[in-house]
Parts: sequence; C-alpha cells; structure tokens
Amino acid sequence: MSLILTEEQNMLRDSARDFLAEQSPIAALRALRDGRDDDGFSRPLWRGFAEMGFSGVLVPEAHGGLGLGHVEAGVVMERIGHQLASSPFLASSVVAVSALLRGGNPAQQQTWLPRLASGAAVATLAVDETSKHRPAATALRAEVGGDGLVLDGTKTFVLDGHVADLLIIVARSTGAAGTESGLTLCLVEPNAPGVEVERTVMVDAHNAARVTLRKVRVEAAAVLGPLHEGAATLDAALDAGRAAAASELLGLADEAFARTVDYLKQRRQFGRLIGEFQALQHRAAHLYAELEITRAAVIHAQRQLDAGAKGASEAVTVAKARAGGTATLAVQEGVQMHGGMGMTDEFDIGLFMKRARVLQELFGDTHFHLDQLAQRRGY
Amino acid sequence: MTGNDSLATFRQEVRAWLQAHCPTEMRQPVTREEDACWGGRGASFASEAQRQWLACMAERGWTVPTWPREYGGGGLSSDEAKVLAQEMRSLGCRPPLLSFGIWMLGPALLKFGSHEQKLEHLPRIARGEIRWCQGYSEPGAGSDLASLATHAEDRGDHFIVNGQKIWTSYGDQADWIFCLVRTDTAKKHMGISFVLFDMTTQGVRTRPIQLISGKSPFCETFFDNVRVDKRQVVGEVNAGWDVAKYLLTHEREMIGAMGDSDRPPPLGPLAADRLGRDAQGRLADPMLRAQIAEFEADETAFRLALERTGDLAKARLAHPALSSMLKYYGAELNKRRWELMATIHGSDALAWEDERSRHGAVTREWLRSKGNSIEGGTSEIQLNVIAKRILELPGA
Repeated sequence: MSLILTEEQNMLRDSARDFLAEQSPIAALRALRDGRDDDGFSRPLWRGFAEMGFSGVLVPEAHGGLGLGHVEAGVVMERIGHQLASSPFLASSVVAVSALLRGGNPAQQQTWLPRLASGAAVATLAVDETSKHRPAATALRAEVGGDGLVLDGTKTFVLDGHVADLLIIVARSTGAAGTESGLTLCLVEPNAPGVEVERTVMVDAHNAARVTLRKVRVEAAAVLGPLHEGAATLDAALDAGRAAAASELLGLADEAFARTVDYLKQRRQFGRLIGEFQALQHRAAHLYAELEITRAAVIHAQRQLDAGAKGASEAVTVAKARAGGTATLAVQEGVQMHGGMGMTDEFDIGLFMKRARVLQELFGDTHFHLDQLAQRRGY
Repeated sequence: MTGNDSLATFRQEVRAWLQAHCPTEMRQPVTREEDACWGGRGASFASEAQRQWLACMAERGWTVPTWPREYGGGGLSSDEAKVLAQEMRSLGCRPPLLSFGIWMLGPALLKFGSHEQKLEHLPRIARGEIRWCQGYSEPGAGSDLASLATHAEDRGDHFIVNGQKIWTSYGDQADWIFCLVRTDTAKKHMGISFVLFDMTTQGVRTRPIQLISGKSPFCETFFDNVRVDKRQVVGEVNAGWDVAKYLLTHEREMIGAMGDSDRPPPLGPLAADRLGRDAQGRLADPMLRAQIAEFEADETAFRLALERTGDLAKARLAHPALSSMLKYYGAELNKRRWELMATIHGSDALAWEDERSRHGAVTREWLRSKGNSIEGGTSEIQLNVIAKRILELPGA
C-alpha cells in the first residue's frame, strides 16, 4: 500500500483546495463568529460541498454518493483544516455516514444515505457525556420495553447538534457504565418529544451542542445495528471520525506552520530577520520533522480503513495520537513565534490554536489514544 | 501479466528460495555481536551456517539486491527489493552481510565511479570479500567537515597522503578505506578529493578509541607518507565534496533506519513481564507505561515515514534533504528507546561485568546510543540542513 496519494486523489485534493480557498477563506469563519450566525455554517458553502460531491464521498454510488474511501475523505478534511472551514462534513458526511454504512439496515440506509449525500439532511453522532471522551463509560439509559426503547440522559460535545436532522444516540441498554458491551445506538429526530438541544458556542466558532433526552421513545425500527451490541457500529463511526479529525489536524498544523515560517522570513528584530536565529530555526526544523512523520501515520491509517485491515483501529489510534500532539506543537510554536501579534484576535494564528484544541479533545485526545495503543499491544 | 501479478509471482519464488536456502540458524534473532557478519579478508564466521548464508545470498546478488548484475548485484527493481526485504523479515532471516561498502561506498561508486572502479570494487563488496571503513572526520573537522586538513600532495600519477582521521568505524578491522583528502589548500569545499586505498599500504596506522560503553568500535587513523594511486580518485580531483555529500545522505538514511532489519522486541510487554502488571493487566508503573506508549506511537509513525519516503523517492517526489529529517528523528528515537530500556532493566543492568546482565549489554547499548545524534552529522547539523534546504530560512 503506497503512502502517497494516487493521481485521482491528487486531483481531488487540488479541486478541494481551490474550492475551499475560494468559498471558505478564514474571513468566512470570522463572519460566522462575529455575526453570531444561527446555523454556524454557510448554507451556500454546504450546497457547494454537495455539488462537488464531497458530502457523498463515503456514500455508495447506489445511494447517490461517490463511493470513495477514507483517504479521499481525509484529503477533503486536510483542506478543511487549512481553511478552518466550518461545515457539517466531519459529523455528517464522515461519522454519521460511517455509522449508517456499518450498522444501518436497508430501510435506514435508503432513508438517510441519499439525503446525507446530497447535503439535504445533516446527521450527527452523540456519544460523549462528560468532559473527556470515554465511550465505554456511556451511562445514558435505554430502557427496553414494549416495541422499543425509552432514552434518558444527556449528551455533550455533539457536533452540529443544533442543525442536525438526525441524532445517532449512543445509549446503555444493559451492563454497567465502564463496560464496552451493552451499548445500543438509536436514530432520534430532534423534534421527537422529550428531546432538547442547546447550542454551545465554542471557542473555535465551530458547531456543537448539548442534547438532553427525557423519556424519549424510540421504536425498534430506529435501533441502528444490533440491540446491546452497538460497539462495532460505534467503533466504525469513531474510527472514521478519528482518522478524519487527524487529517483536519494535519491540515491546520501544515497551514499554521507555513504561516509561521513565512512570518520568520518577514519579521525583523535586532536589524535582521528573526528566521536567521538558530534558536528559532531548530524549533521550526523539529516541527517540520514531526509534521512529516505524522503525515505518514495519517495516510497509513486511512489506507488501512479502506482495506478493512485487521490493524486499522490501531493505526487510527496512532494517527489521532500523533496528529493531536503535532498540531498542538504547531499552534503553540505558531503563536509564540508570532510574538505579541500571535496573541491578537486580528492575526489568524490564534484561530488555528483554538481549532486544534477542540479537535484534540474530539473522539479522544492524545492520552486517550496512547492508553488505547498500550492496551492493544498488551501492556 | 500486470505488475502486481508478476510481483506476486516473484514473492512466491523469493519465499520458496529463502525457505530452501536460509539455514534455520540464520532465522534466529540476532542476540550477540558475533551474530552479525561483516565479511572482509580476515572474516571470522561464528558458524558454518553464517558462512553458507552469505555465500548463497552473494551468489544470487541479493546482498545488494538493486545493484546491476555486472557489478555483483541482483538487478532487482525497487519494488522487487521491497518484496525481498519483506519476505526476509517475515521469515526472520538475518541480513547476510553488514557492510559500509554496501550502505555507503557502493551507492557513491555507482553514481560517481568509473566503469573500471565499479568493476574492481563493487563485486568484492557484494561478496563480502573486502571490508571498508570511512575516513571523514578529523580532530579539527567534526560538524565542520569541509575544514578537513589531511593533505594529499600531487606526485604525477599518485598522491602522497599525510594526516589524521578520527571516529573511523572499525578502522582496525577494515581492508580498504574511502577517504576525504585536501588536494587544494586555497579552496575549502572545492579543494577536497575522494580517494580509495588499501589499509595495508605502508604508512597507515590505526589506534582504537575506548568509548564510554567500554567498547572500541572507532579508531584514530594516521597517515604517514601513504602512496595513493590516482586511478583510485572517485569523481574529479577537487570535486570530492559532491561525492562525500551524496554518500552522507545514504549514511543518514542508514543510521535513521538502524534496526529496521532486526527489530528489537517491543518495549511494553518486556516492561510488563519484568516489572509486573496491575489488576487490569496494565504495566504496573503508569508513568513508564505512558512514556513507552508515546515512544511506540512515535516509532510506528517513524517507520511509516521511512516507508513513505521510499514511495516518494520512487515517484521522484522526495526532497533530497528528507534524509536529514529521517536521520535526526531516527537518532533521537533510538536514544529514547535505550533510555526506556535502561529504565525497564533498572539496577539489574548496571553490574556490567557479570553473566546475569550479559556483561551489561543493555547499559552498554544505552551508552552507545548517545553517539547516534553525533555520528554522521549531529542532530543540530541535521536541523540546520532542514532549516536551510527545506524551509529556506534566511542566513541558515
């Protein structure tokens, strides 16, 4: 498996790059933030995602998508990272689509995949309940009764929750919180009685929400994947999301790094360019090395996912751990090397730091994934 | 037949051949220094199997799979060589021959050598008949290598060489040396020539240097009126710096990739076996567990970056200074590995003369690893190269 892009994938990257650079400059994110936009993303941009085929990148052609893989989704995510573009692509086109592809029955797929591919509907996974990503600790109750389930509990950090047409709720139907089995995934529409969605305005000006479910009735037909055994579906969705988030982290880290290196070549102090100082050169060179090493881990993980390889989850864990760490370093060095300007809202570098912080927490931070890696490798 | 089909056929053939020809003994992990075979005029083989393994691999040209057949190589494409390496790894085959001739001089000769020089030297490298050492660093020329002063005086058809080299790896065991000498004192980089000569030539003397590990893999090498035939100049006279730089990039890749053929055991299970596990089966020392996991994620990603660099090179997309990045990262990673190994073994490895600690093998390797970020260009020099050639930072 080659760890560089194919010619077709390069073409996709180029068109995603041109499209996003034109349609979603960083000023667009500022406008959404400063205008306190109700949606938190641009509907025209999202229609553009559909026209380009991006929103259907993972959806099979039979359901109106492009039928491509995680490498291609990652290519788009990387460019999203460069532009800090706000859109439901990660939550809906990658995570929710992956959940439906793994766990969905034909009726569920037929209902939702074409609408997600066309961007007509937005779906999102609601998994976290506490400040850290701990899927096994899921406590939101699903009481089995009659011909369905009754859900009770609260979800937090639900991407695009307040604009979603479909919530995929991870619930505990049996077993104690902390065990990996006993989870059931449910498709819940936000207008169902007992569902309350509260938008949380985030530091990075991207979308997230808190979702509270009070005695929400779910029919048996709305259970996604097997009852009590939702772990495989959840893992597929999370692995897809982690790999995609790793790509976005890599893209934003690349962009922050490029901007920082440019700044080192422009800013003068002590009568010379600060990029002449070896103290800064060595830190920049080290960061370059970290970026290149992470790049290999990220594309490897996506190739493994696309191949359905046995080691795919471990590869994703390495990629997300590395990407989180590398991006954190890139934005820290970026702000520091921009000096006082790096602390101003006027300069964009701080926006990269904010987005990196959010993506680091999303679907497990570096510590979470290193712990996973140790468990997988038997220590 | 498509490329993939013929590669699949090739893989089957390679596997069958390795199974038939690689002695069982040569499929055990390398645990002792004697297990490594360096060849040379005075080669000593730890076993008959080791000798036989080298002989049949050399016969096939597979000690140097990608070199042309006329120079003793296997004539394989880079894809085929990758398949061979993968099959050797999956069967656990030891490398038949370790050699600076293969890793360093060979690639430089293939690029810069004359046909006669290639015919004279490459097949003997491939068969492990001549062991080479590298005469680069001098007491006054370390990181600033181009300031070297070993002098070669022009005497018509030959040079007379006087001077001193240092950090000559296995200089006392080598048969020939590839050596940088100054042929023009008026110019710095443009006054250096790349020459080859026999270490038994009159006037060559070596003295091993004892290191902090207690071992002496390096020598000081002295030249006192050594006669070097001009036919042994590689490339043009005064253009040796180009050859030296080219060779250094290969050396950096080699040091960066060190241990790729004989992967050391994974640290996590080793630590858990030695130090115990908690009720959940995790390594009982949580701080060490976190450090090991971080190391393993970085190491896994680093190996993928090596593989990716190969893919980039094949597509002619690799930046020539990428080898500096790999050398830097690989060296620092290996130092981290041995810090962790030393921690895992605790006081057990500190008694460095007894059998229980295998004469302090871990501790000696830990000490040895400190040289990784010094030899072949220090980590700081690699960072300079990245800053200048890749990031194009000013004044670097």
